[in-house]
Amino acid sequence: MAIDTRKCVGCSDCVVACQTENDVPIGFCRDWVTESVHGSYPNVELEIRSERCNHCENAPCVRCCPTGASHIVEGGVVLVTGNKCIGCGACIQSCPYDARYSHPEGYVDKCTFCNHLVSRGGKPACVAVCPTKCMHFGDLDDPNSEVSNALKNRKFKVLAPEAGTNPQIYYLT
Amino acid sequence: MKTRRDFIKISALGIGGVTLAGTSLKWAWGSGAGDPGPENVADLPSLSRYPTYCEVCFWKCAGWVYHDEEGKIRKVIGNDADPHCNGRLCPRGTGGVGMYHDPDRLKTPLIRIEEGGKQTFREASWEEALDLVAGKMKQIRDKYGPESMALFNHGSSGTYFGNLLKAYGSVNITAPSYAQCRGPREVGFELTFGSGLGSPEPTDIRDTRCLVLIGSHLGENMHNGQVQEMSDAIDRGATIITVDPRFSTAASKSKFWLPIKPSTDMALLLAWMNVLIYEGLYDKDYVQRHTLGFEQLKSHVEKMTPEWAYGITTIKPHIIRETARAMANAAPSVIVHPGRHVTWYGDDTQRSRAIAILNALLGSWGRRGGFYFKESLHIPDFPHPPFPKPAWTWKETLNGKYPLARLSVANAIVDASIPGEGKEHTIRGWIVSGTNLPMTMPQKDQLLKAMQALELLVVVDTMPMEITGFADVVLPECTYFERYDELRDSPGREPWLGLRMPAARPAYETKPAWWMAKQLGDRLGLSEYFNYNDYKEVIEWQLGQLGTSLEEMQKIGVKRFDRTEGSLYMDESLPVEFNTNSGKIELYSTELASLGFDPIPVYTPHPEPPQGFYRLIYGRAPMHTFSRTANNPNLVDLMKENSVWIHPSVAEIWGLKKDQYVWLKNQDGMVSYFPVKVRLTERIRWDSVYMVHGFGHRDKKLSLAYGRGANDSDLITNVMVDPLMGGTGMRGNFVTILTEDPGKEVKS
Repeated sequence: MAIDTRKCVGCSDCVVACQTENDVPIGFCRDWVTESVHGSYPNVELEIRSERCNHCENAPCVRCCPTGASHIVEGGVVLVTGNKCIGCGACIQSCPYDARYSHPEGYVDKCTFCNHLVSRGGKPACVAVCPTKCMHFGDLDDPNSEVSNALKNRKFKVLAPEAGTNPQIYYLT
Repeated sequence: MKTRRDFIKISALGIGGVTLAGTSLKWAWGSGAGDPGPENVADLPSLSRYPTYCEVCFWKCAGWVYHDEEGKIRKVIGNDADPHCNGRLCPRGTGGVGMYHDPDRLKTPLIRIEEGGKQTFREASWEEALDLVAGKMKQIRDKYGPESMALFNHGSSGTYFGNLLKAYGSVNITAPSYAQCRGPREVGFELTFGSGLGSPEPTDIRDTRCLVLIGSHLGENMHNGQVQEMSDAIDRGATIITVDPRFSTAASKSKFWLPIKPSTDMALLLAWMNVLIYEGLYDKDYVQRHTLGFEQLKSHVEKMTPEWAYGITTIKPHIIRETARAMANAAPSVIVHPGRHVTWYGDDTQRSRAIAILNALLGSWGRRGGFYFKESLHIPDFPHPPFPKPAWTWKETLNGKYPLARLSVANAIVDASIPGEGKEHTIRGWIVSGTNLPMTMPQKDQLLKAMQALELLVVVDTMPMEITGFADVVLPECTYFERYDELRDSPGREPWLGLRMPAARPAYETKPAWWMAKQLGDRLGLSEYFNYNDYKEVIEWQLGQLGTSLEEMQKIGVKRFDRTEGSLYMDESLPVEFNTNSGKIELYSTELASLGFDPIPVYTPHPEPPQGFYRLIYGRAPMHTFSRTANNPNLVDLMKENSVWIHPSVAEIWGLKKDQYVWLKNQDGMVSYFPVKVRLTERIRWDSVYMVHGFGHRDKKLSLAYGRGANDSDLITNVMVDPLMGGTGMRGNFVTILTEDPGKEVKS
């Protein structure tokens, strides 16, 4: 996924669309919005980012999961099998992005890239709803996909590259 | 002092032996304490998704309501075909489901009673509540004439109560969205181009090369279609120029941010005109063919150079020149955006005129990438007898003031409701539908005086807002998920029709507003104006007239129609006549001249904050629509409270820390009722503070909204009224910071 920080207005539509699509209980979220301000008035810069699980290639949450509930499926999406999860929280501790939360029903929950929609040819709810169309989703291995094209022409960064997790959310700057 | 109308917290309900009369009050679904329960859609068509258009804000995006396996309303997704949203609802639209599921909803009619010297509400049947309202309305009609009833409204429900009032004999129908919000710009543009802007505004952002935002924080105000088009404009490399004392989200997306000193926008606009004219950058052909008064304008702005404006606005002269040139380079594909909430300093119609004139100099009106000519459908009225002609209207209450008010002025209706010596026309009863006046109207003391004097105050809402606490009768409306409403015919590049139908039966004892109005009409002997049993019949008839059907609209939700009233942009080969006195675009307003107002806008300095005070600026957050969403569980989850934005240098003076709670006190000694969290940020000027409007609710029954943040309108006691149209300028209030709880007695 690539997210264009030049376009994002931080409206949090991605957050509420995820909640209503995935029945995320109120008070919890699988994605969230952060703002960072640099400089001093009137020379100010603002970067707004919609953040979520980075679906890391080298995912510490998967490595540390004692039951195999956290796993990577074909296509690189990191998922949690709810009924295999014992709620130990090791994955929550290991995630450099704080992308997971304990669901009140006793398992750990996080972004699935809306696998249930994507597998039927749709887009993740956050991508589909975004009024600014700042999110691009698709196959990074396909050089002609929307997301690959977005990365071709723009500068980008990932969050916490020093963690060495190979995150798969790219921020166009 | 005992008052006739104490504020009643609806949570007090039930105290002291509630007696129920009339029909059984068992709620139709659920226990009433929590969720509305499973949606019984047995008498609704079985659809996989139900078309609606959103009622969370005025943008009215069309979408689809989905149920989950248990038949529960679960999500709303935008309608791909709808030009208001292009399949993408904003956070409020997406979170609109929270309005349906909100456990604090009004659930049954309520009637004010006095018990043991204490005022409270008791639950009532519809029969009883409607009989009471109709009875009082009859009394008012007999005693004072029907003109003495007024309606305050916002949103869909206003239509039905508006028709009720017109049938009853009053046109005193008002909405704070005019004189407390966008009225001045409608008048300013109409005086210039002969046409107002309406909603959505006909800004062709999609194709613009330069977007100028002056007092518009697009992106924080989620005017969905415009935000989407602004995002496309960013992709296309359009130049965005944002004028704002605050580093808004839009400012952060802009090539130029002009951190203007608040209240000086007029000087900047005039200096921009100076540059365009004296550098010869204006659209000479357009100005020569279509405008009136260029020479007067030219000499008027001669001395209003960027250097002159620099001393007023603090914007450097070379930036004023550079931005004016950027506009001219893009012209005519340039938009100097009219803004939406423009009631600031009392000269707002004139400032809107200046914006209109600037657009005229750039030749953007009626041009691609500027302003297009909007068109909407004409939906025929369901047949009814002609409305009676009232003996007097709101205009007569103005005594010659506000000659350019095209719609009724809410603050003037409030004034007309306060009885006084020599007042020929006094309003005695209000229906308030979908608008929370205590948080909408400035000058709370006037509002309270008016409400105390009323003989009838009926409130229609889905939620126990502050206004419901002042009602004699509360009528609980069902949410937009549970009702048919009038067809959406809002203007745009093409006429589009939108259908709202119920995706659930009304929960609890709630009812659609059309039903309430019809029931009252029947009781008032006005049945012939409500010649249907179900509003669905009206819609079916109208759809038939338009050559479509309910069956078709249920499948598609929105339908496009062809334009019939000319082209989207100005046809340069044809002569153009504008709907002004002169038939031209009036740079010099003949109408203002004849009324004795400045025919060309002038800069007037406005009061500045006294020592130790800061100008109170307020605005919006993308996840809330004022009071309407304040208690919506999904949206509260995104933003629970507002904060007061304070520059770090100011915080240092006051010794403030991040996230500390403080109280704000204004120039008249009014103190915020609740404390508000400090947000230290470099994004605000040192002479101003900023907060998002719509927080600081005092009604405990709003369990999520109660006590969260501060209400800016409590602190707006100084109002500068626009002499042209009555708009209430609200940006002339200054606050200082209290770090200790000042105690209840001095609070607003």
